[in-house]
Amino acid sequence: MADPIQESRPEAPNSETPTNPAVERRYISKPFRRVDGRAKVTGVTRFADDLQFPRMCYARLVRSSVPHAMIANIDFTQASKVEGFLGSLTGEALPVPFGILPVSQDEHALCIDRVRFVGDAVAAVVATTDDAAYESALEVKVDYEPLTTIASVEEALETPEPRIHDYGDEGNIHKKVSMRFGDVDRGFAEADLILEDTVYYSGNTHLPMEQHAVVAVPEDDDRVTIYSSTQTPHYVHRAAASVLGLEASRIRVVACPNGGGFGGKSDPFNHEIVAAKLALDLGRPVKISLDREEVFYCHRGRHPVHMKIRTGFRKDGSMTAQHLQTTLDGGAYGSYGVASTYYTGALETTTYKLPTYHFEGVRCFTNKPPCGPKRGHGTPQPRFAFETHLDKAAEKLGIDPADLRLGNLAEPDSITANWLQLGTVGLRRCIEAVVEGSGWRERYGKLPYGRGLGLACGAYMCGAGLPIYWNHMPQSGVQLKLDRSGGIALFCGETEIGQGSDSVIAAITAEILGVDLEDIRLCVADTDLTPVDLGSYSSRVTLMAGNAAVQAAERARDLIAKAVGERFEIPPERLVFSNRQVFDVEDPDSSISFQEAMIIAEARFGTLGTVGSYTPPRSPGRYRGAGVGPSPTYSYTAAVIEVEVDPETGLYQPIHVWVAHDIGTSINPVLVLGQVEGSVYMGLGEAMMEEQAFRRLPAHLSNALVHKMPSILEYKSPTFLDMPPVTTYLIEEPDPKGPFGAKEVGQGPLLPVPPALANAIYDAVGVRIDQVPIEPSMVLKALAAKASGEIGRYGPPPFPEIDFGPTLLVPTPEEGGDGTATNDFSSKKKSKMRGATGTMSSRKDALKSKGSSLTTEN
Amino acid sequence: MKHHWTTTAFEINDETITVSYPTHHTLLEVLREQCQLTGTKHGCELGECGTCAVLVDGEAVLSCLVLAADLEGRKIETVEGMQQANNLHPLQEAFADLGAAQCGYCTPGILLTARALLDEQPDPSRQEISEALSGNLCRCTGYHKILEAVEWAASKLRHDEVAPGDEVFYGSKPENSSG
Repeated sequence: MADPIQESRPEAPNSETPTNPAVERRYISKPFRRVDGRAKVTGVTRFADDLQFPRMCYARLVRSSVPHAMIANIDFTQASKVEGFLGSLTGEALPVPFGILPVSQDEHALCIDRVRFVGDAVAAVVATTDDAAYESALEVKVDYEPLTTIASVEEALETPEPRIHDYGDEGNIHKKVSMRFGDVDRGFAEADLILEDTVYYSGNTHLPMEQHAVVAVPEDDDRVTIYSSTQTPHYVHRAAASVLGLEASRIRVVACPNGGGFGGKSDPFNHEIVAAKLALDLGRPVKISLDREEVFYCHRGRHPVHMKIRTGFRKDGSMTAQHLQTTLDGGAYGSYGVASTYYTGALETTTYKLPTYHFEGVRCFTNKPPCGPKRGHGTPQPRFAFETHLDKAAEKLGIDPADLRLGNLAEPDSITANWLQLGTVGLRRCIEAVVEGSGWRERYGKLPYGRGLGLACGAYMCGAGLPIYWNHMPQSGVQLKLDRSGGIALFCGETEIGQGSDSVIAAITAEILGVDLEDIRLCVADTDLTPVDLGSYSSRVTLMAGNAAVQAAERARDLIAKAVGERFEIPPERLVFSNRQVFDVEDPDSSISFQEAMIIAEARFGTLGTVGSYTPPRSPGRYRGAGVGPSPTYSYTAAVIEVEVDPETGLYQPIHVWVAHDIGTSINPVLVLGQVEGSVYMGLGEAMMEEQAFRRLPAHLSNALVHKMPSILEYKSPTFLDMPPVTTYLIEEPDPKGPFGAKEVGQGPLLPVPPALANAIYDAVGVRIDQVPIEPSMVLKALAAKASGEIGRYGPPPFPEIDFGPTLLVPTPEEGGDGTATNDFSSKKKSKMRGATGTMSSRKDALKSKGSSLTTEN
Repeated sequence: MKHHWTTTAFEINDETITVSYPTHHTLLEVLREQCQLTGTKHGCELGECGTCAVLVDGEAVLSCLVLAADLEGRKIETVEGMQQANNLHPLQEAFADLGAAQCGYCTPGILLTARALLDEQPDPSRQEISEALSGNLCRCTGYHKILEAVEWAASKLRHDEVAPGDEVFYGSKPENSSG
């Protein structure tokens, strides 16, 4: 039977030739000033904490001081005596659980009966001033009955009780995954060389300069507006409706421009829901502005991942099989963690030909701030494992690391062993660019001791193929309003987090309609006013909102052309829109202005407006878990890093980075370069110094597990002085799936950076550092080991013995598979349980689920 | 706790402004709350991130570490005061055109710190710019576009404009670069 989703899918916009080739492009691929550029350099941009409203009051969250405990009592006696105190709130007032994934509705706006990490929100107080709210929060007395603390994956595996949550695969294991694509055993049997490595990637956090803030404003008729620093207003909208018990149409979520996101503002957060609840209760606007320590507790950052990677190679360097195992330290809540678990395996197949592949992963709950999506979501960790592993293989096989990769490149438009449909693959040109730029051929392996070059690659999605909750609707929408003024209002739910998404949709629209950027007024990220866009995550906005903008703008152009063509008796296809003019391509001198054309069109058709939307193509994978990894197409990056290492101290400094990114088409090359350079910077931070670390307090101070460094001073990140020069190459091979051929750039260029650094250190001093961040002491230890005749390596302890559960068996496309597993009998039954609008979309559903398993109310 | 209030007159962006505020409040709080000058941002309130930098008598200071009550009569400049009438300062122009502001949150503090540098040293080396700005964190840009923008603006202010090369706008070409 035909797939109903496929049938209801709107026709894909014609993105290959959206403008008339007779006219030179004005914006696309040109370095124009971003549309919010002026506002951002004049202080005019209003971030969430910049908003003020009459009679606004301030709330503070009271956060747990213990890592794992039952809440015995909460006493507001002293807190309520603070001058200006207006009220308090505890978890009982907001009993409905929420969470970004339908399968992990495990958070409460305020903890109901137990706390799960130091920093978990227990209560809220609201007062007339922020000072008063702060003082009042300090006076709230919470009594705890401690529970065993679970501090790591190893402890979680050894300690099934007490369970941090009473859902999940078993004990304190949140999720177990085992998937085998093709005949992996035969693959290993055919290998001439089998290599195995154990690697560790530490957790780290986004550290956006803007701390999360929210202002909730009560409106008429029990309506409430939530202004928030969120990357995903649509998901906040859904969570707020469910937890507040209001119809979604009564809630308006406005995402303010984010002062940096990097994935850290992609979950619905408790402060957003608490502010809305207090605003509705008090009838006054309520602001919550997190301090920096609280931002470390919100976290949702990079999962610490321990990995074992085993790969079979033939003598010519081709790969026959790979077996990858990962453990993820998830922290205290689900967040995106189920997706993160799959992501530690899913994109391993996208860069090189990997005919058979076995992936196993496990995510555990621990009593730490929840991990989630950070730039590259779940993929920098296995990418580090794979690319350092390849460097070792190249040496053993006697093949240059660049040639090993060039000889194994994934084929464009092929389907991978795990059923991902690739698009264009610009990786060859990326590798060639950084090899040439860095002088690799002349210098790799030949630099003096202490200097080295390292190469690595990566690939990333241009938007997740599936929405977070199951539904049949578009993932992005654009609406245009045009009128006799000549101005165009562009409405889109996308969220500007600094990446330049406002500029992308404006430039696409201006290009197609032949107008100036200044002719376009943007209204974005407002659930009352703008068509739904799922949010700024998974590098989806340029491709998805961009394609929606292409469709809306082409429809507007066609409408205007029809009216103008009728008036002047010219076939509409002969009309060209350029330079704020409309003219006949066969008589370019007789043009009319764009505004005159709109007057003609408004007179002909009445009020003018068009819409566009985008739904990704369906992925060929049909097995359980196939939903994580598909994307309309993938971006590719290669990087070479040159490093200088002091063997006496272990101190090292990257001295140059060459990076090439397969962007398809740059909508705006200046913004693309900024994303590449920013990704390289963030990758270097993770590779060199950034770590979300924890420690236990001494026994006389409760022995609690606390964040080691919840401050910017202690959480080291690169400054101006740490950043080496970066030479960036943009590889442009337009991909028909992207608007004007564009692919993503926000995340992919981070991926090759950590492994390229580790590989460069090996070239410099001959030791392998199999974990990040790479500390100078690790380099010294590895050098000492090498000097004493042992293996010159520093790395994590052996990978633990884990039962990953039953393995899903999926034949590969090469083996003639059809995308399904041969031993999965559960997926059909499951799909029937889903509602028309998505899983757990209503308060009733959520309450039902709460009653079933998620909480442990008395 | 009962708060004492203080009244102070400052010269903010060439206007004399008199405000009353709780005595323990920092310049950052007074600028944002009493003066409604929310262009000045905050990232830590502990002097760690540089986001809240403003100029006091021409010198870059972290407004989160300064008590407003200590600044009676002092000349304060915030990002709102950088432009002349409707004309952007060359630093602002360069930051906007080169993508040196992405999310824009650290931008006001960096603009003002850079301005203090250029007032003192009109022709700084790249190393001098990096040192002057090393107390300002930016998580978006990787700092390169900021360095390029400061250099471009400095050359304009010296009336000796050196426009950035093509690689700043389009990226490098492999055949033109060298190790």
